[in-house]
Amino acid sequence: MRHTLSVLVENKAGVLAKIAGLFGRRAYNIESLAVGTTERPDISRMTIVVDADEREIEQVMKQLHKVIEVLKISNITEEEYIERELVLIKVQVDAAKRSEVMQIVDVFRARIVDISPNSLIIEATGEQKKLDAIQEALRTYGIKEIVRTGELAMVRGLK
Amino acid sequence: MKGSEALIKCLEYEGVKTVFGYPGGTVLGLYEALRHSSIHNVLTRTEQGAAHAASGYARIAGMPGVCIATSGPGATNLVTGIATAFMDSIPMVAITGQVPKSIVGTDAFQEVDITGITKPITKHNYLVTEANQIPQIVREAFHIASTGRPGPVLIDLPKDVADSECTAKIPGQIDLPGYKPTIKGHPSQIKLACKILNQSKKPVIYVGGGIVHSGAEALLLELSERLDAPVAVTLMGKGAFPYKNNLYMGMVGIHGCPAANIAVCNCDVLLAIGARFDDRVTSNMPDFASNAQIIHIDVDPAEIGKNIIPKVPIVGDAASIIKDMLKCLNQASHPEWLAQVEAWRPTEQGVYYEGKDDEALTMRKVLHQLSEMTRDNVIVTTDVGQHQMVAAQFYKARRAKGFISSGGLGTMGYGLPAAVGAQLASPESIVFCVTGDGSFQMTFNELATASAENLPIKVLLFNNNNLGMVRQLQKFYMKENYYSVDMPGNPDFIKLAQAYGMETYTMEHTGQIQEILAEAMDNNKATLIECKVSCEEMVYPVVLCGRSIDEMILFKGDK
Repeated sequence: MRHTLSVLVENKAGVLAKIAGLFGRRAYNIESLAVGTTERPDISRMTIVVDADEREIEQVMKQLHKVIEVLKISNITEEEYIERELVLIKVQVDAAKRSEVMQIVDVFRARIVDISPNSLIIEATGEQKKLDAIQEALRTYGIKEIVRTGELAMVRGLK
Repeated sequence: MKGSEALIKCLEYEGVKTVFGYPGGTVLGLYEALRHSSIHNVLTRTEQGAAHAASGYARIAGMPGVCIATSGPGATNLVTGIATAFMDSIPMVAITGQVPKSIVGTDAFQEVDITGITKPITKHNYLVTEANQIPQIVREAFHIASTGRPGPVLIDLPKDVADSECTAKIPGQIDLPGYKPTIKGHPSQIKLACKILNQSKKPVIYVGGGIVHSGAEALLLELSERLDAPVAVTLMGKGAFPYKNNLYMGMVGIHGCPAANIAVCNCDVLLAIGARFDDRVTSNMPDFASNAQIIHIDVDPAEIGKNIIPKVPIVGDAASIIKDMLKCLNQASHPEWLAQVEAWRPTEQGVYYEGKDDEALTMRKVLHQLSEMTRDNVIVTTDVGQHQMVAAQFYKARRAKGFISSGGLGTMGYGLPAAVGAQLASPESIVFCVTGDGSFQMTFNELATASAENLPIKVLLFNNNNLGMVRQLQKFYMKENYYSVDMPGNPDFIKLAQAYGMETYTMEHTGQIQEILAEAMDNNKATLIECKVSCEEMVYPVVLCGRSIDEMILFKGDK
């Protein structure tokens, strides 16, 4: 099962390496990991998506807790939360096919952020499934490059 | 003052009297500061020796052991010792020199990323980037190493940081928002555990190193008497319970004592305290305590549910939780269950079974005799292999922390440097290092350290000219196809010991055991006793891979 963990860590050198190393060593499978600063400059938030069963995810969380710089771990999988991911897709497309691609971009409410004679860069945000869908729709035109941020998540409402 | 001086001042502040270290280019400043300090540096012969000695020291002194090494190879030589301490939850602070910050990352001479290397084998580690961080970091390191589940912490100090000015003061209180070990157990969980224990007809207590770390030995005794429950110990838990008490069953596991192994498989409630259901204890997990409701007490929440899912998990310090439990446990009495356990104890056909030839010297005879003759001030350290398991089965310490061994990592070469550390932590003790010809040759260079420090350590060397435990594995699992286990190049160990100025004894037959051990115990000199034993002596009982722990091979020829 897919779990989304929201992890607050001290913003110090080497913390990311520690956490990535922990996942590697104990053979937990990270689907995605996104890191960024929070409203407090000394604290970062990691959003980690892990594929694990109930027992594994409990171990993952307990092992994460042992890292001194980890301040708080929330498994928000069962909660109401907003998830977003951003993707940049470079599509090989000439002037003839350009309008077709632009229609797809409109359908997905994505944006074109760069145009060159033979290619476009498309920026899309949304839930993972939506990004998978746009990727699939563009595949026939020839995708040259994809960059995805990994999932970001935020629980709804005030707690 | 300079960063290096500040660091040594901080060690003094933490109460450090002895450090184990090996100097080098990047720790010149530290050693200059040490020279002017009240701290004694024990110069070991390799950094691995320093780390193991710090570990042996920590186990006896009950405070973090400190080891120091230079950058690069000095630091990597510490790694085995740090990993050994990590696996056995031993408090340790390792300090390494690092190349100047300005050239870190350039593959400079003797540069190695030691914080990267030790991430998975330390509780925490630091790369110091400014001298003013030193007082805070040292305080944190000692706090982290010695609280909660203890473990090693490493501080990597670049040379230019050590040489720059530190004006920061040693902080009084430290606050680590991400580190708050749980001490007190959850009241409702404790209540539930007590309810189950009060109803139990066939309880067993299974304890590990957590009891020793928590100093809960006396409370454990009270608990076992209140529950009228027999006690099985792990290798790390040896010495947690007085062997003279009839509730003591001995070590549990693949080389465990029959009563302990069978009782665990037949109990209705298993109370595990400070033990982690290691694979060498449980063997085939589904069969382990399969009829029992399991109550698991551990200070490390990650240990709970890792190997086995308990009915009642309780996170916290063993001593604190046992105290709380004693408040709601009734006085129990289980005469039938205890009689049953008694019947499972080793008989003549059990672990005490000897071959026909009474003259032949065996490890078990010597260690049994050592156990008979041991005193309140004897500490035994072991290396790793057959002798270790035989010592664990037969040697019964008369003092708390009287048995020191590398459990989790199983590090050959641990025994002698650990003995050096233990002897320095407790000069009035008689320290025996029980070892084998394989293990001893990994770190016997530390005999020089023992000599320099005038330590009257007794090395009890079992020489079978073989890597006995590997040979035993090849016997059971490789159809007796022995390979790379005999040691044809072995030195004359007596001459070797004499070269270090030691008293020496050669033991070849049973009749010599008592006399030689008695002399060694009283001679107050560094001593080596070479026991010439056969490589055919196997460690029994043994549980073969994948079997339940009550399916033991008890003696040679037993099916």
